[in-house]
This record gives sequence, structure tokens and C-alpha cells, in this order.
Amino acid sequence: MSDTRVVLDPTGERQAPTRERTPRPATLDGLTVGLLDITKARGNVFLDRIEQHLTARGGRVVRYAKPTFTKVAPIDLRHENSEKCDVVIEALAD
Amino acid sequence: MTVSLPDGLVAVVKRDCPTCRLVTPVLAQLRRTAGAPPLTIYTQDDATFPPDLDPVDDTGLAVSLALDLDTVPTLVRVEHGREAARLVGWSREQWEAFTGIPVLGGGLPPHRPGCGSRTQDPDVVAARTEAAGAGTLTARRVPLGASEDDAEAMFERGWSDGLPVVPPTPERVARMLTGTTRAPGEIVTVVPPDLVECSVEKVAINAVLAGCRPDYLPVVLAAVEAACTDEFNIHGLLATTWFSGPVVIVNGPVTRAIGMNAGINAMGQGNRANATIGRALQLVVRNVGGGRPGEIDRSTLGQPGKYTFCFAEREGDSPWEPLHVTRGCAPESSAVTLFAGEGPRGIVDQLSRDAESLANTFAACLRATTHPKLALAFDALLVVSPEHARVFREAGWGKAQLLDELMSRLQVPGAELVRGAGGIAEGLPAAVEGRTIPKFRDGGLLIVHAGGGAGLFSAIIGGWASGPAGSAPVTKEIGT
Repeated sequence: MSDTRVVLDPTGERQAPTRERTPRPATLDGLTVGLLDITKARGNVFLDRIEQHLTARGGRVVRYAKPTFTKVAPIDLRHENSEKCDVVIEALAD
Repeated sequence: MTVSLPDGLVAVVKRDCPTCRLVTPVLAQLRRTAGAPPLTIYTQDDATFPPDLDPVDDTGLAVSLALDLDTVPTLVRVEHGREAARLVGWSREQWEAFTGIPVLGGGLPPHRPGCGSRTQDPDVVAARTEAAGAGTLTARRVPLGASEDDAEAMFERGWSDGLPVVPPTPERVARMLTGTTRAPGEIVTVVPPDLVECSVEKVAINAVLAGCRPDYLPVVLAAVEAACTDEFNIHGLLATTWFSGPVVIVNGPVTRAIGMNAGINAMGQGNRANATIGRALQLVVRNVGGGRPGEIDRSTLGQPGKYTFCFAEREGDSPWEPLHVTRGCAPESSAVTLFAGEGPRGIVDQLSRDAESLANTFAACLRATTHPKLALAFDALLVVSPEHARVFREAGWGKAQLLDELMSRLQVPGAELVRGAGGIAEGLPAAVEGRTIPKFRDGGLLIVHAGGGAGLFSAIIGGWASGPAGSAPVTKEIGT
């Protein structure tokens, strides 16, 4: 081969967009907290406890669950999360 | 391609053509004859032929291609650098009229057909097709540095699974694309986890990397399409901490056509088609989809089948209809079935000579898949070897009967499965106590026939989270 060897790119040729993180709130006062259960076994135990703590402090909590932990959350669920919640806590358990 | 042709007569010949050798004295006569147009002779295969007539070397075929020749000898009249007329083969009458020289080729037969021009040779046509195809490819072209080692360059760019890959030059990719009738730009599917549209060309590039031959490409395309369905769920399969990866089982005439192995060491090393088709699928997921170990791929231990896991079903002497037919395909079709599997584990039974006893063995071993106290969450693929299959053939057990017999033996009392039972914390919730739980969901146990003719051993390939909650086996017919 000569010095002008060329190969074709086997990748998706995609640059992942860089997105800024949403600023973290200094307090949860007055905010709605979504609790997203990905349906891994016993993730609900963790989220139940979080919910108890938050509601005891007068927080607003909305519970969500993915249909299955093996697949990405359906777009409707993600949309509802972003519309109704100021903050989301997602539980992964194993 | 433009070439400039000398005015006068142009003859194109090759030594390999008997008619060209026959007309050599005629060409010599034209050179000698006063008043004959100047004659230039181009030779396609031997720069010294015809001897003593000062031929012009056209072994690179530039002139022959410019003239778009079908036949040699071809005699062309050139005026002002352009072709004015042409003759093919040998006909004394036509050559005399064409050249204006009376009495040409005395002693030769009056006519002989010519031979095929070298430009029509299959290897030349294929090379030209590749060259033309290479020019139409749209993937980003990556130049390699003068001092770079080609094999090392593939590793450094992150395109390898850890083993050496074949550099995907445009020529190799164009040759790979001759294996399919599909257009390079056609979108095959969207590949997770990055959800990137994947063209036939991108699959071909990764098939080159994997070491595939062009005739494997339709199988790879079908496997990629099957993997990227919602039912198969390659995204989840990739992300899981479990061992599993895509296992590709190939059925139908294509397996014989491309020389796949369904016999001795069917699931092992040594067969190019088995090895590279499974690898190409994994490389598409890695390179196009962005699914790399340690990133989206979170497997705790992984398993060697994640390099490649692909084999053919042994159909010729199977007692059962092939897997793809069980799953709804026509018997004459070829298809891939993808299963989310771990590595194979062996089953020994060298003593069972009746179907009931052997089914008991299979059921006992299947019960232990994943964990003897877990049920319904994982599928399994049972690979029955020819010597074990013979026992069922002799008993007249069809595949459906074997499946029914196994499922009936795999109805487990809940008391044995509950957490704590047997001194084992792992297990199902207490609610199953008093119930009978099937080990596998309906449709969660697949049976195929493969392996060498000697050995009373079969294999279980355990699955992953099964069905709509995880991955379901997917069968896809192989196109062209």
C-alpha cells in the first residue's frame, strides 16, 4: 500500500451533543419531586423511604415507574416527568 | 476514460486468442503494404505479442476499456483521433473492404469468430465494479498516517473488539457490497444505544472489519435487523450486568451455500462464517451503536460468546423441523434467529436409551438454569446433539412432544422455590408457596439440533430477562 491509504469510518459518525446540567436547587421547598422506580427488584423499598422523609417535611412527591428496567423509559413518561416535576430521583437497585 | 488514438488503423489483440494468432500474418501484411493506412497494434495480455510487429502494451487495458471492446481481434479505423468504424473477428472479405487492400490473408480460412476481450473477464469486470462502487461510498474517509501500522491503527481508533480487524478500505467495502442486492445507502435499522441510523454500507464496513466474505453479508444484515427490534432489545441486553449477548442461529439453504458449521464443534472456533457473522453483529453494535464494554455494556463478568456466537442448525439428519420453520418461516427460506444467551453449559447423559429417561435428564439440567429456585424470568435454548436426538427419533417424539414432555417435568412446587427453602435465601416470594410454578414461560424454551455425530452430550444456553420485560427470541428471514 502507498502512503495514501484510506479506510472507511465504521462508526455512527455522531458527536454526542454536550448539554448543560440543569442547575441544582438550593432547597426542595415548594418544589415537586418525582420518584422514578425503574422496576428493579427492591428499588421501591428505597423510594418508599425517600417518600416518607420528603412528605414528613411537607414536600410534594409524585411516583412514577418504568414498565421494565430492561428498556429505556417511554417518551411519554419522560415528557410527564419533565412537565410535572422540578426534580426527579431515580432508584437503581440490585 | 479518454485516451488518444493514432489515426489510421488500430488493431487490438491478445495472445490467448487463436483468431488473433491466426491474423498475425495479415497484420504483418498490412504493415508491409505500400499505401495501406498506418497500423497500430495494441496487445491485451502479452507485451511481446505479436512478435516483430512492435505492439503497444495495453495489458493495463486503458485503450481496450476506452474502446469498450467485447471481442478481439478488433480492427478500428481512426480519423482525427476518433473512431470512424470497427470490425470484429476475422473475415477476409470484410477486412479487405475495411482496409482497401485486395487479397488479404491468403491461405487463411475465409472467416473465424473472435474471442472475448480481456475487458470482459470476470475478474476485470469485478475489479472495475469495485472501483466504481468504492467511489460512491459515503462513509467518512479516514487517512492512515505514513508511519502507522494498519492493524495497530484499527485498535487505536477504538474499532476493535480486542482482536485484530481487517482494515475497511473502500475497495474491500465495495467488494463486500457485491454480496447484497441492497443499495449502500439504504437504512437497515436504528442501532442502540446511540440510536444511530445504520446503512447497508455501515454494516458492510463492519463486516469487513470482522473478516466476513461478501456472501455472508445478507446474513449479517438480517442479524442486525433482528437485534435492533424492540422485541429483541439489544439495548437492554447490552446494558445488563448479566452474562448474555446475542446468539445467532442460522437456518436454511444459505448455511450450506456459505459453508457454515452445524456439525463437529458447531459452537466453537474454526469456521470462518460462524466466527465472523456473529462478530460483525457485535462490531455493528459497538461501532455504529456506540455500545462498548465498561460504558453502556455493564456486564459483571461477560462471557467469550460476546466476541461472536453464531452457528447453524444441523438440518439434514435432524429428527425435527428446523428452528426457523417452528417459528413460522417457509422450509425453503433461510433465516436467522437471535437469542439473548449466556455461554453453553453441557449436559452429560451416556446411559439413557429411552426418551423418557433422557427427557428427565434434560429437565433436571434445565431446572438449574440461572438458579434452581428461580422460574419464569429467563428463557433457555436447548441444543440437542445427533446422538441424543437419535433417542427421540427412535421413540417417535416430534419436537412439540419433546417440548411438552419437558415443560410437564418443569412444573415446580412453589414450596421448593420460596426464599429460604432448601437453606437458600435466593428464591421466589412467599406468595408462590402452595402453587405450582413453571420453570419457563410459554415459548421460553427453544430446541435446535446441532453438533458432531459422536458424543452423548447436549447443551443448554441460558437466556436473560425474558419476554416483553426483557428480550424475546426474534427470527428474521435472510434476503439477498
